[in-house]
Parts: sequence; C-alpha cells; structure tokens
Amino acid sequence: MITELGHFALVLAFMAAIVQMIVPMVGAHKRWPGWMAVAEPAATLQFLMTAFAFAALMHAFVTSDFSLRVVVLNSHSAKPLLYKISGLWGNHEGSMLLWVLIVSLFGATAAWFGGNLPPTLRARVLAVQAAIGVAFYAFILFTSNPFLRLAVPPFDGEDLNPLLQDPGLAFHPPFLYLGYVGLSMAFSFAVAALIEGRVDAAWARWVRPWTLAAWIFLTIGIALGSWWAYYELGWGGFWFWDPVENASFMPWLLAAALLHSAIVVEKREALKSWTILLAILAFGFSLIGTFIVRSGLLTSVHAFANDPERGVFILIILAAFTGGALMLFAARAGVMEARGVFGMVSRESALVVNNILLAVSSFVIFFGTLWPIVAEMAFDRKLSVGPPFFNSAFTPFMVLLGLVLPIGAMLPWKRGRLGRVAWSLRYVFMLALALALLVWAMQTGRSTLGPVGVFLGAWIVSGAALDLWSRTGRGGNRLGRLVRLPRADWGKAVAHAGLGATLFAIAGLTAWESEDIRVVQLNAPFEVGAYTLTLTKVEQLRGPNYFSTTGTVELARGGRVLSVLHPEKRTYPVAQMPTTEAAIDNGITRDVYVVIGDRQDDGGWAVRTYIKPFANWIWGGAMLMALGGLLSLSDRRFRVAAGARKGAKQAVAAE
Amino acid sequence: MRRISQAIRGLLLGFSLTLAAPVFAVQPDEILADPAMEARAREISKDLRCLVCRNENIDESNAELARDLRLLVRERLVEGDSNEEVVDFIVDRYGEFVLLRPTTTGANWLLWAAGPLMLLMAAAMAWAYLRGRARADRPQESALTQDEKDRLRRILED
Repeated sequence: MITELGHFALVLAFMAAIVQMIVPMVGAHKRWPGWMAVAEPAATLQFLMTAFAFAALMHAFVTSDFSLRVVVLNSHSAKPLLYKISGLWGNHEGSMLLWVLIVSLFGATAAWFGGNLPPTLRARVLAVQAAIGVAFYAFILFTSNPFLRLAVPPFDGEDLNPLLQDPGLAFHPPFLYLGYVGLSMAFSFAVAALIEGRVDAAWARWVRPWTLAAWIFLTIGIALGSWWAYYELGWGGFWFWDPVENASFMPWLLAAALLHSAIVVEKREALKSWTILLAILAFGFSLIGTFIVRSGLLTSVHAFANDPERGVFILIILAAFTGGALMLFAARAGVMEARGVFGMVSRESALVVNNILLAVSSFVIFFGTLWPIVAEMAFDRKLSVGPPFFNSAFTPFMVLLGLVLPIGAMLPWKRGRLGRVAWSLRYVFMLALALALLVWAMQTGRSTLGPVGVFLGAWIVSGAALDLWSRTGRGGNRLGRLVRLPRADWGKAVAHAGLGATLFAIAGLTAWESEDIRVVQLNAPFEVGAYTLTLTKVEQLRGPNYFSTTGTVELARGGRVLSVLHPEKRTYPVAQMPTTEAAIDNGITRDVYVVIGDRQDDGGWAVRTYIKPFANWIWGGAMLMALGGLLSLSDRRFRVAAGARKGAKQAVAAE
Repeated sequence: MRRISQAIRGLLLGFSLTLAAPVFAVQPDEILADPAMEARAREISKDLRCLVCRNENIDESNAELARDLRLLVRERLVEGDSNEEVVDFIVDRYGEFVLLRPTTTGANWLLWAAGPLMLLMAAAMAWAYLRGRARADRPQESALTQDEKDRLRRILED
C-alpha cells in the first residue's frame, strides 16, 4: 500500500513539475504576478511529493519487501540495516529517485529563500529548474520505475554488490548528487538570465552561493569516493581515471572555474558571457556523467546495469538541455556587453588564466574519456585511453595552475605590477625552493615528482598564508585584524591551502610509496622499511552475510608495537563475490596498508604491505578546500544580501 | 519458514565458499628473483590493460587472464627482451586495446595534441579579450547615464 502511495506521489510530483515549468514561465513573459507566484507552492509540493515517494521506497528497502523488483535485485534480508538504507541508491532506479529528490530540493530551497530575487527572474529560474525535473520524472516513470511489483515475490533478495556494502555508499553518492544537481541551479540561473537578457553584478551574487554549495558537495563527494576506493579495493589506489570518475571530475573543474569567473562578474562586471557559458557547461557535464554511468557506452567499474533504451533517453535529455541552452546562449550572448576596464596585469587577468587552465584541463579529460569511442567509430581502431595518458596530459595543467596561483591571488584588481607582487612573494618562493632542494638531496636518485610536489605544496600554502597576512595592513594589532577579516578572505586562503596540501600529497604518495609482497609464515617477523610486521594468527570468522578469513598482524617499529591490524578476505555467498578488506594503520606522515591473500602450499600466507606516505593529506586537503568553500559561503555579504536587496530591487527591475 | 530459508542459505554458503576463493593481484610466486627485472615487469604491467576487466591494469587485477599476462611479461623479460619488445609482443597478440597509454600513430596524434592546441587557442582568445579590456576607452565609463551610475553604486555598495 505504501509503495502504491509512493508511486502515486511520484506521478503527482511529475504533474506539479509540469505546471511549475509552464505557468511561471508564461507569467514572467506576460508580467502576470499571479502566474509567476504559482512557482513557489508548486516547487514546495513537488519536493514534498518526491520526498514521500523516496520515503516509501526507503520503507520497502528497510522492511525487505521482496514483492518490489528493485528490492529483490539489490537487497537481502540478512544485510545490515545501514546497507539496506544505502542500498536504495546503490542501483539505477533508486539512485535516479535520489537524483530527482535533490533536483526538487534545490528548486524548493530557491523558492523558499529566493525572496530577494526580482520576481521575473525567480519565476524563470524555478521554471527552468522544474523543466529539468520534468525530464527526469519522465525518465524514471517511463524507463526506470523503482515501484514495479513482481507477480511472484521470491523467498529472499539477491543481495547488493559486496563492494558497495560499505559505509562509503551511504555518503559518497548523496554528496556527489548534491554536487551534480546543485549545478543545475547555476544552469537554471544562467538560462533564466539569458531569457531575461541581463547579467549584472547582482546576478553573479545570487548565482555564486549555489555554485559554491554545489562545488563544496562535489568536493566532499569526490574525496569520499577516492578514500573509499583507497581502503576498499585492496591496493590503495585513490584515483583511476575511470570514465565515471572523470565524469565527476570534469564538472568539479568547471564549477571551480565558474566560482572564480563569477567573482569577476560580481566585482567588475566583466567575463559575463563566459560565466554563463561555464554555468551551462558545468551542468552539461554533470548530465554527461549521468549518461556515462547509465548507458553502458563506456566500460567502467561504476556502471549500473546497462540498457540502451535508458541511454538514448538520457542522451535526448542531455542534447535538449545542453543544446537548447547553448543555442539560447548563441542568440543572446551579444546582449551582455562588458563594463569593467582593467589592465593586462590584474586580478581579472589572473582569474582568466585560472579559467583557461581549469577549462582546458577539463577538456583534455573529456577528449581522453571519449577518444576510444571516436577512434572506434571514425578510424575503426579499438584502443584504450588509460591512467598513463591522463597522468601525463593532465598533470602539467595542475602544475601550471599551482605555479601561478599565489601570484594571481595577490594581484590587485584593475591594474597591478607583476614585479611588486613577485617581490612580496620572495620569501615564500625561497622557502618553497629550499624545502624542495632539501627533499631532492634526501631522496637521491628518485623521480623529480617528489621535490616538485614539495615545492608546489609549500609555495601554495605559504603563499595563501602571506596573502591573508598582507590583508591586515600595516601598524599594530595585525593579529586582531587578521581574525576580523571577512570570511571570504579566510575561505580563499583555506581553500587554496587545501589545494596545495592535496597536490603535495598526490606527488608525495606517488613518488615515495613502497610495496612489499611475500609469503609469510605464522609468527615469523618480517621487515618492511623501518617497520617489523608479524602475522600472529589467521582465523575463519563469520559476519552477518559473509565469511571472512581474518589475519592478525602486529605492526612494530624499533621493538615497540604500534598497532594490531586485522586484514580480511571476505566471501559474500549470496552475491558469489570475494572482497579484500585492507587493514590500515593511519598516520600523519604515512599509512601502513596491509592486505592478506591466499594460503600458500607451504602453509604460509600471501601478504602485501604498502607504506603510503602522506596518504591522508590527499583527503585532508580536499576537506580543507570544502571548508574554505563553507567559510566563503558564510561570508557576511551573502547573509546580509537579503536585507540590502530590498532597496536595490527597484533599480534592477527598472532597466 | 525463516529457519528453513536460513538452513538453505547455510548450505549454499558452504558450497560457494569452496568455489569462489579470491585470487590476488601480483602473487608472491610470480615475482622474479632479479629485483631490477621485476621492477621493469611492474613498469610494463602498469601500462597494460586487463582485457576482461573494466579499466584495470594487469598489475592490479585479480583476473586469471591478468595473471597469464603478468607471467607472459616476465617470461619475455627473462628471455632477454627489451621493454619495447615485450610490449610489441603483447600488442601483436591482443591488439592495440591492451595499451593503456595510447600510441601517437595515426589519428592518435590528435588525442595527444588536443590539450596543448586547446591551450594555445584559449590563450590567444584570452589575449585578444584582455587587450580589448585594457584598451577600452576611458570615456566609456563616464558615458554611463546618471541613472546607471546610481544603480552601479548601489550594486557596489551591497
């Protein structure tokens, strides 16, 4: 019964979205306030109905209702509760429901908190947002309905893919979707502005918090996914350049570019049409991500059960929204003339450089991801484009970005002098260079990657610190002023420092990682680097829905036991799949990562040990970036915007 | 009812445990005695795709085929092949699809050149735009009407 109600609620949400798509759009065109006002209750209704449908499906998963097809295929009565809940979005149908839930949530938030927007702009934004909703409700209801019943319910479910039975699944997809779909707000704002024919500083100020929020969610989502892969897949890789990872990374890069260019629009009224284009592309790339995961066009570890019909449907959605928006852009972009005048050497120019590097690097990923398809269709060559390509083609852009970042961040608006900024960064440069040379001398004979990473990390982090310090002016009580600096300044410094930490960690981990593979006898200590490991016992244990071979490994250094690790090898009998559960001793400067393998003929066990320097800094840096975004989001100028807007509203509408 | 289902499950569990023993990526018995040669083998393995997997190299893969390829790489190395010869040997048998690092032959140059070309184009466009901005006539700013100036001021004040 609850299931049928959920199904019905989803159809109602679809109807509400159709109304919200058409009525306010017409109202905004004809300047009819009553029609425009429909958007708000429609958005609220749409959200509540979708939330109910979501709750109904959640109920089916939690109570293991095996009359539902999607529950049978992705759940099992013996599965722990957390994975019954997260199993909802561990499959195609359920994840699409989560997707529309977030679309309607963002629409509803814009309706609730958008009181400070000019009424026509608000009506148009909500209508465009509803149009995105309509496309995906139709997609769910016509091709991927999660509420389908089975005529003959089976005894028990077929269980969820064991790799997905991890707390990672509970958090990684929701954050990622909040990010992807959050970009739909930037898209809706861009399209609405194109229809209005006006983009100004006020528009940039409204669109920036949404983009910032989406980017924060995307940052957290990607970092969680990377961390999950690191501890779950059994060899400690953190990034594989898999098509689906690329699909999440491209919108992240474009959203980062958009964040920076929106600043130029807000402060200087320049780069307007480019910012609009970025907003369209960022969401377009989110849609491409959805398409890649669900169409089966590219093979990927992430792909859901593939179905050409669904692929075609999403391709149509993708073409309609991205193509339509780009056509609108081509027709209307000319209207937006730039106002700000600035010199060749200025913060504006530095932000243009930032945008070029981010956009081109994301283009390189796009090209590499799709090249196998192009090569097969156009040149009849079946080939692969894998991590070695992306590492060599993408990395230079990040190195360049890291090099120019501290200089660009300190250049003044309008007109600056490169020499002056460079001079103020001289100590930062010397510090970074000294550290890099020190590392170079210490590691003799290894790749240059390590020192380069150290240089970039130190250069960016201390550059961000100097930038913050230089904003406190001269004279006494600089510390007091430092604390009272606008949150946006702190956000900028923290996010940039986070990028520095992540770049350093990726380079350090790649350059200095060491690995040891051997057959280990029980209670026979072995050395890996500076550590002594002893396999003391191996037990056969039983989990709630799996069997486990659990080893006990003592990790010691200089005779002192640091920790006792329990690497596992699991077998999930229902899904017929083995998994490895690595045991990790986390540390600030290194992780010790232990994996147990098969029993060997001589009675020993295969054991793999990795020492992974600075691994945690990768995700620590990402969290710093997200924290920086959060600080920026809480800046006073966004919080007071609501009150200050009232006076300005008339002037904006008067043009 | 529930107890029966559990009993059946238990039975199934017993079976599958013996069937699905996990295999490991690089096995201890595969490792070559000569560390330099082993390092070369690992280097080569990282650029070769496990053909039956989804986007994994043979060094990381658990699949049986990946193990065969790893052993083949080591066999060729022991017989004195250079790294290139080993890779060519494998490409001859499994096709270009096995290479994770695409070659630069044929149309592939476009793939490799795409980034630098795009960067040059973007830089040229940005240069033109920035010059335009820097040269934009000063009078343009004072050409604003009083009304526009007021609006601008209010916007900047927010």
